[in-house]
Amino acid sequence: MLEKVLKGSPKYYMWLAFLGGLIGVGAITYLFQLKYGLSLTGMSRNVTWGFYIAQFTYLVGIAASAVMLVLPAYFHGYKQFKKIIIFGEFMAIGAVIMCMLFIVVDMGMPQRMLNVMLHPTFNSVMFYDMMVLIGYLCLNAIIGWKTLECERFQVVPPQWVKYLIYTSVIWAFSIHTVTAFLSQGLPGRHYWLTAVLAARFLASAFCAGPALLLLLLMIVKRIAKFEIGKEAIKTLTIIITYAMCLNVFLFLCEVFTSFYSNIPGHMHPLHYLFAGTEQGLPWVTYWMWIGAVMAIGSLVLLIPTSLRENMKILPWALGMLVLATWIDKGLGLIIGGFAPSPFETWASYAPTVPELLISLGIFAVGAFVVSILWKIAIDVKKEAGTL
Amino acid sequence: MKRSRRQFLKVASLSVAGLGAQLAAGGMTKAAAAVKPSYKEDALALKAKRWAMVIDTREFTSKEDFDACINACNTAHNIPHIPGKTEIKWIWKDAYEHTFTDTTNKYQSKEIEDREYFMLCNHCENPPCVRVCPTQATYKLESGIVAMDYHRCIGCRFCMAGCPFGARSFNFTDPRPYIKEVNPKFPTRMIGVVEKCNFCVERLDAGKLPACVEAAQGKIHFGDLSDPESEVRKLLEENFTLRRKPSLGTEPGVFYII
Repeated sequence: MLEKVLKGSPKYYMWLAFLGGLIGVGAITYLFQLKYGLSLTGMSRNVTWGFYIAQFTYLVGIAASAVMLVLPAYFHGYKQFKKIIIFGEFMAIGAVIMCMLFIVVDMGMPQRMLNVMLHPTFNSVMFYDMMVLIGYLCLNAIIGWKTLECERFQVVPPQWVKYLIYTSVIWAFSIHTVTAFLSQGLPGRHYWLTAVLAARFLASAFCAGPALLLLLLMIVKRIAKFEIGKEAIKTLTIIITYAMCLNVFLFLCEVFTSFYSNIPGHMHPLHYLFAGTEQGLPWVTYWMWIGAVMAIGSLVLLIPTSLRENMKILPWALGMLVLATWIDKGLGLIIGGFAPSPFETWASYAPTVPELLISLGIFAVGAFVVSILWKIAIDVKKEAGTL
Repeated sequence: MKRSRRQFLKVASLSVAGLGAQLAAGGMTKAAAAVKPSYKEDALALKAKRWAMVIDTREFTSKEDFDACINACNTAHNIPHIPGKTEIKWIWKDAYEHTFTDTTNKYQSKEIEDREYFMLCNHCENPPCVRVCPTQATYKLESGIVAMDYHRCIGCRFCMAGCPFGARSFNFTDPRPYIKEVNPKFPTRMIGVVEKCNFCVERLDAGKLPACVEAAQGKIHFGDLSDPESEVRKLLEENFTLRRKPSLGTEPGVFYII
């Protein structure tokens, strides 16, 4: 099936070349970072994780979201999703690869990365995170590839694939739980030290991931000319809506706990993110309010059935949702976690240009991987007449 | 075509399995062969079950008092002088409200509030940094000291997110150009690793007290917390002391006489 990668329209090649260019820019910038260290980033002694780890966190969610297609299809026999499951699985592969790259570029000593496996440390959540990410990548690659191959030859997938799929459902929940456990078990980081963090992560993942998937499918279906299926879109948007409601609800639970308890340490991060400090408003405050407006806006457009089923409005609603969840997790979460320093001072952070260029390069790698995988899937499905 | 691919996969998977088995077997023999380390302890080495520090904050009145200790540490451990937000520090001073963040009262004694206080790694009994480190580059010694292997650290900075005391520094840049005079008795660090106070474990092993304790000339005390007869225990019994953020349960080993 790999040969499908090589046969495409000029536009397809131009797209890949464009992504290749971005990857090149990111890679060259990364060489500078290797030489001059993480001093090229905006991180500091008090803000030791920044844009990279935030993107990693967000993208684990995107990866995990494939389960929102797999679960209804395989646990409840919902057939409408079967056609698009492969796109979710292949998007998960791209997302996991981006996650891994974001971890690597965040390391001070990437050449020693294998120490995590050479000296396995079972009390460190990072060890488990590495394991579950590698496992999830393998699961999705094997399941995706095998089911697509079977579709191509028009045979029923072997039984063992089914067991792998069941495993992948549980695995998807676990990858994002483990990611949340990275931060939610740290004493002294008030914004993260909350039992609902993992639940918040899952809720945010299960709305943001499918929303991004649906948006991308809407774009690709125009280029490749195929139908996603009305029923599938309807059901998926309902899933997205419920997950987003839950996501916002859990966030408001955090707000209540912090402010009703009136414990300063718990109020500080939210106060910093939404109201700034005595010294003024940090840049992230503007983003947080945009995020809040986008979150409410997306729910206004998604909850009423008449609006949700309007195909002209839907892409806007989904776009707002993706932006809102990205601001919450891809910006606010890490900044809010570090903003009150261990000395109860405000620690500011803003990503630098090299940091953003490297991140852009990694996003381009993800887009590249997803592009060629989706190209294979679309071509195979078209040949088999299943699209 | 299909047959040959299948054959290839068979051979390939068998090779991988064989290689894995060999590695596993190698690991086991290695473990079996593990013997006690062959190094000899220095006869002078100072020993304790639980090293702890008691800082008499009443005695630190001038800038010179603090600088003597800070400079002694900086020289002993080749700590670079990097200005700004990416600085490296093992021991430093700060105001009361930044040191004892959860023990601040309004209308407190002006004298106590205006005093400055040392901060350094607390060498906790339940160190979160050891718990989170994915490579055991940070680990606890039998003497209670939280030590680091700079050659194993991958620079993930998980320990820095985990430490509630802000005791750790990261080498955002190559530290060597920022060291005025290199002390050949202690290794310099490389770019991309975390570092922190080590309670002068290298000096204890040679029978000497930590550099800051020595430089403090009696204003900082150091000893075995598990020994009821030790000087630090006596000081704790006789004086009112504070520790930083005790509610987090990490059990810091640095005490402050107020």
